Order: sequence, then structure tokens, then C-alpha cells
Amino acid sequence: MDLNYSPEELAFRDEVRGWLNANLPADLRRKVAEYEHLTRDDLLRWHRILAKKGWIAPSWPKEWGGTDWNLVQRYIFEEECGYAGTPPLIPFGLSMCAPVLLKFGSEAQKKRFLPRIYNGDDFWCQGYSEPGSGSDLASLKTKAVRQGDHYVVNGQKIWTTLAHYADWIFCLVRTDSGAAKRQEGISFLLMDMKAPGITVRPLILMDGGHEVNEVFFDDVKVPLENLVFEEGKGWTVAKYLLGHERMNTGRIGASKRELAKLKEFAAEQTKGGRPLIEDVRFRDKLSRVEIELTALEITNLRFLDQMRRTGQPPGADVSMLKIKGTEIQQALSELMMQAVGPLAQPFRPSDGGDGFDSFAAGLAPRYCNMRKTTIYAGSNEIQRNIISKMTLGL
Amino acid sequence: MNFDYNEEQQLLADSIRRFIAKGYDFEARKKIVASKEGSSAQVWATFAEIGLLGIPFAAEQGGFGGGAIDLMSAMEAIGEGLVVEPFLPAVGLGAQFVARGGSEAQKKAILPAVIEGKLKMAFAHTEDGARYDLAHVAAGAKKAGKVWVIDGEKRVVLGAPLADKLVVSARTSGKPADAKGISLFLVDRAAAGVSLRPYLTLDETRAADVLFKGVEVGADALIGKEGEALVLIEEVVDFATALTCAESIGVMKQANDATLEYLKTRKQFGVPIGTFQALQHRMVDMVIAAEQARSMAFLACAKVDGETNPAERKRLVSAAKVKIADACRHVSQEAIQLHGGMGMTEELKVSHSFRRLTVIAQQFGDAEHHLERFAALDRS
Repeated sequence: MDLNYSPEELAFRDEVRGWLNANLPADLRRKVAEYEHLTRDDLLRWHRILAKKGWIAPSWPKEWGGTDWNLVQRYIFEEECGYAGTPPLIPFGLSMCAPVLLKFGSEAQKKRFLPRIYNGDDFWCQGYSEPGSGSDLASLKTKAVRQGDHYVVNGQKIWTTLAHYADWIFCLVRTDSGAAKRQEGISFLLMDMKAPGITVRPLILMDGGHEVNEVFFDDVKVPLENLVFEEGKGWTVAKYLLGHERMNTGRIGASKRELAKLKEFAAEQTKGGRPLIEDVRFRDKLSRVEIELTALEITNLRFLDQMRRTGQPPGADVSMLKIKGTEIQQALSELMMQAVGPLAQPFRPSDGGDGFDSFAAGLAPRYCNMRKTTIYAGSNEIQRNIISKMTLGL
Repeated sequence: MNFDYNEEQQLLADSIRRFIAKGYDFEARKKIVASKEGSSAQVWATFAEIGLLGIPFAAEQGGFGGGAIDLMSAMEAIGEGLVVEPFLPAVGLGAQFVARGGSEAQKKAILPAVIEGKLKMAFAHTEDGARYDLAHVAAGAKKAGKVWVIDGEKRVVLGAPLADKLVVSARTSGKPADAKGISLFLVDRAAAGVSLRPYLTLDETRAADVLFKGVEVGADALIGKEGEALVLIEEVVDFATALTCAESIGVMKQANDATLEYLKTRKQFGVPIGTFQALQHRMVDMVIAAEQARSMAFLACAKVDGETNPAERKRLVSAAKVKIADACRHVSQEAIQLHGGMGMTEELKVSHSFRRLTVIAQQFGDAEHHLERFAALDRS
């Protein structure tokens, strides 16, 4: 038994850490650290830096640009990116659409889309949720009717993250409303966001940010060649993707960075003339989060070690990482906001903004924003259902 | 990175598990608890026979040269069986002072007998008003010619009624709570001036309050240097804490397994109560708490074995104990709640697991105590 990385794994970590430190542009590092809005250009700039290095798609097969790293190396890379505070890699192309195409796509689809995903030529988004279909995804209603050499799509998607940046969207649509089981009439379609009939409407979140959208489809024509796998087999594709969750679901690297920042920050803030970090009530909360994070990191490594030894995918274990990881992210964002006390109230300047403390004012919106983490990607209640069914057999 | 037990660790755990499954079921345990001694000599002999008692001692003394990691899986089995024999007080605590701080003569006189199962130790340390502060020692030892004379009272000395020898902390200089001035002495439990008020603890083990009145011991009874014992006490108590963390994993497993089984078999409104989502989610949270606790038990055991910086060892053992104390409370309370009225009765093993988990949550320091120590030792 040994809780530590091997010398080879440590050397790999140091290589990744060194390279990230040298190649993460200072302006992007600052924007991430200060929770600033990242533009499409910011995201793509970082994407292309990694693509040039050959590290943009580690888990892809080598012939399509993968790095041939093992499980632990991939985990280390992802956690180091979080720890360094790089812009996020938008998963919709790299780790959602691409794995689907690699598993179910035609040769033509792979050749057409994969290199463009790799190079950041196409920005993808995901069309799953609908107003009436959240956790109950199989109830989706967006309809695709075959007419000659194309489908005609009508309906609406919601919570479509970064649809306003996207060139392409992959969608689950209903191609057979008469199917015996509702999962059987669903198909997986790729759509050009510039196609006539697609409208994107922003949904502004309570932090004032624009991340998610509604997407409306009004008689949108989609060529038959953009169907992935077989018609009516979209649910198989979607399920494969759900099983393709990554092992960094707990986002431990990013939370470590946030924790270090919180400690620094709480040492600067004062209460009764003493550093806030020495206040027992505040300190206890902070210590508990740190201990939770330590426990989660070891749990994550245990699961990784188990996967490595058994060759089995993680299954419901990922749900546990998601539940604990998101609880920690929320707790950290809440303590950051509490650390500034009343100064968390200013939201945005109303007179041009000279002298406005934008960092302190960013903490409350950040707290608001992080409430999403226990809701998205399968709410934490759905994750508990998964563990209950898969692990406990209830 | 490797979280697997090696072959020797696995073999030891397997033999203990086999023994517990065969000879230490719930009924057998009940009889032991109800017996006069509250502990089985035959069980202790078996522990010696399968080599358990020799794991954390050096090869020169006839031991195995192992540490907390080597004992982890065995402690888990001990926890699952709710074993009441005083393995932790005798081997994980009492004898560790001799093994780590004793003279060669003390080691030779004591450790082989401990390993063979012929001698049991206990650690007499906690006093009124000390709570979990290890430096709080008011009991005194004074030099009178060639002997030391010990006076004072120790509370909740685990395993004392079963012990042949006690390791007693006493102040040889300074005031209560001073870090300097604490010394350790080997005292026969049957020595003149030693009297016990024995009792059954909440978790059904045997302990006693021990009064020392003018107890005389020779100069050779001193363990380590006079007045310098606190560092050793902290080291050994951390070791015992890590073992307790490992034991708690087994107790929580027992409680969780029993509760899950109950959810699947108990029917109300015509269906198993495990079909109710309100109960499913609570069960899931119990399982998550136990998984997180298991990770922290690994951490505590690895640190007491391998961490050379005492401050870092203490910090991380405290981190583990915070998490494990929380998990013990959470799992034990929910296990009873999900069992309903039956969980309240002595008839089900789960109520005994509840009692053990309640004790573990505060043994060697509750969550608040360790939270405080963790924060005080933060490096950043």
C-alpha cells in the first residue's frame, strides 16, 4: 500500500505543471483567477495552444491525435489544469461528440469532424435537455421527420451551454413517436448552427452571466448524412456518453487552488483587528472543507487505482465524486463570499466603474453561479438514485 | 500509488475474518460480554496463535516489524465483529510505549510475553479535567531515595481490569498542562497502593478508574527520559488513533450492511421499505460517508507509519479523526433511524455497532478537539 504517486508519475506531473506554468498566458490566468467572463476567443486561444502541444485530446486514439497516456497520467493532466487555473476545455466537442463519433460515427463523419474538433475550428454545443425533459431525458419531444434526403426538425432545447458561441450542435431528437418504448424512437443528429430556422435566445443567470440558452428549431433541414449510428438508436449513443464520464469529476485540482486562495484571502481580511483566518468560527468551516477535500482526493485515487487494476469502468463511483466534489466547490465559493462580509453586496458599478472593487464584487455572483454544480450533469439527487440502484441494488 | 493490501496483510486479515465468522458471532460475543472477565482467554490465545499480537513489534522481540498499515485490514475485521477483547489498549497502546521508548531490558522483559499472549498492558493517562489534552497530567511521581512514589487518579483506563502491567503517566516536574515534566512508569496492576474501580464501558469493553496511593516503583520502571514523555505519548496515541480509525471502517461496514439488508427485507405498505426514495438517499449518504472515512483511515495509518515530521503527522491524523468522528455519528444515527424500533433493541447487532461508533467518535479526541489541532498545525 502506498498513497503516493510513483517517481515516474511525479516526473510526469512536474512536466505538465512546468509546461502549464510556462505556457498559460498571463491574461487568461488572471481572468480565471478573478472569475471573469471568458470570451469565445479566450476559450479557443487556450484550446489551440494545447492542440499545438498535442495535449488537447489525451483520451482519443493515437491516430486521431491522442497522447497514449495511461489512466493516471490523464487524471494528473486534468487535475494539473485545474490547479494551474487554465480556462476550461469545453467538453462538448472534445469529450462528448468526439467519443460518440469514434464509437458510432461513419468514416466520413470521423474524417469530416474530428480534425476540426481537434484544431478548434468548430465550436460544439449539446442539445439534450428540453423544457419538459430535465432529469427525465427520455421524455424529449423535439421532432425530426424524414423528407427525402434530409430530416426536418421542429422543437426546442434548453440549458444549451455556450450555444451562442457554437458552430455545431449535437441533438437527441424523436424520429418515431409511435415506438413501443419511448427510448426507442430517439435519434442522434448533428446540426449546423447556421442552418435556417435555428434561433438562439439567451437565458441570463442570476449572477448576470450569459452561459446558457434556449435553442429553437423551426423547420430546420438536416441532411441524412448527419445522423449518427442508426435511426432510433440515439438512446444507445446517449447512454454510452453517460458511461464515458471522466475521472476528474471531483475537480480536486481546481478546488485545491480555490482553497489556497481562500486561505490567503482570509489571512488578509480582518475581524476585530485580527486576521479572519484566526477567527474560530470561520476557521472551523474552512478546516472542514479542507478535510473533505483531502478525503475526496484519496477516494478519487482509490477509485483510479481500482480501475487500473481491474480494467473496469468506474460506474456509480463517479456519482460519489460528483456529489462530494460539487458540495466542496459550493462550500468554497460560499466561504469566499463570507470572507468579505458586507463588501459582497456591490454588484456592478452604475457610473462607469472607477475605483469599483471588482474582485470583492465578483464573489457573490460566483457563489450564485456555483449553485448550478449540484444541478447540472445529472443533479445530485439523480446521482444518489444511480448509486442506490447500481451499487446498493435498491 | 497502490491501495492494495500485500499478501501477508491479506492472509492475516483472512485468518481473523475466518476466526470471527466461526468463533465470534453475535451470540458468542454476547456470552463473552456477560462473563465475569468480559474477555475470552481463548480468543486472546487465538490472536497470539495467528500472529496478530506480534504485528506491531520488532523482529528481535519475536514480532513482525509491522505498522498501522499492516494492521489495517485486521482492525477492520475486529470492528466488523465488534470484538471486545482489549487488543487496542494492550497492543496498540500500552505495549507500544515499551516498544518505542523502553530500555532494552524493559523490551526483553515485556514484549515477548505480550506477543505470546501471556501479558497484557494498559495505558493509565486520562485524568479529571484533562478532556483530550495529552499534556494535562496532575498525578505526581516523587523520588524517594532509590524509588519513585506515585500518587494520583486516572480515569477510564481502557483494559485496566484485564491488564497485568500499566504504563502510568505522572508529573515529575512543572504544573498540570505543562509540556515538560511528564514521565512514564511501568507499574504492576497488583502492586501495593494500586486500586481499581472497574466497569463496563458503553461499547461493552472493560475499563477502570485507577487510584495510585503511595505506589513505589524502582528506577528501572521509568520509560524513556525523565520529564520528556509527551512526545512519545503523542506518537503512541496517534498510532492508536489511526488503528481506531481503521477499526471504525469495519464497524461502519457492519452497520451499513445490516441497514441495507433491512431496507431490502422489511416490508411496509406491501413493498420493501428500500423502494422509498427518502430512505434510499439516506442510505446512499451513509455509504458515501463510509467511503470517505475509509480514505481517511488509509491516510492516518500511512502517516503514523511513514511521516517523519511529527507536526505533519499530527495534522493529518487529526484530519482523519475529524472526518471519521463525523462519519461514525452519521452512520450510527442513521442506521438506528432506518431500522426503526427494532434498531433500538439490544437484540440486533446494529444497536451494539451504534454504541461502539459512538465511543469511537470521541475516543482519543472528538471532532472538535481534532479540528482545533488540525487548524493550529496548518502550514500555510
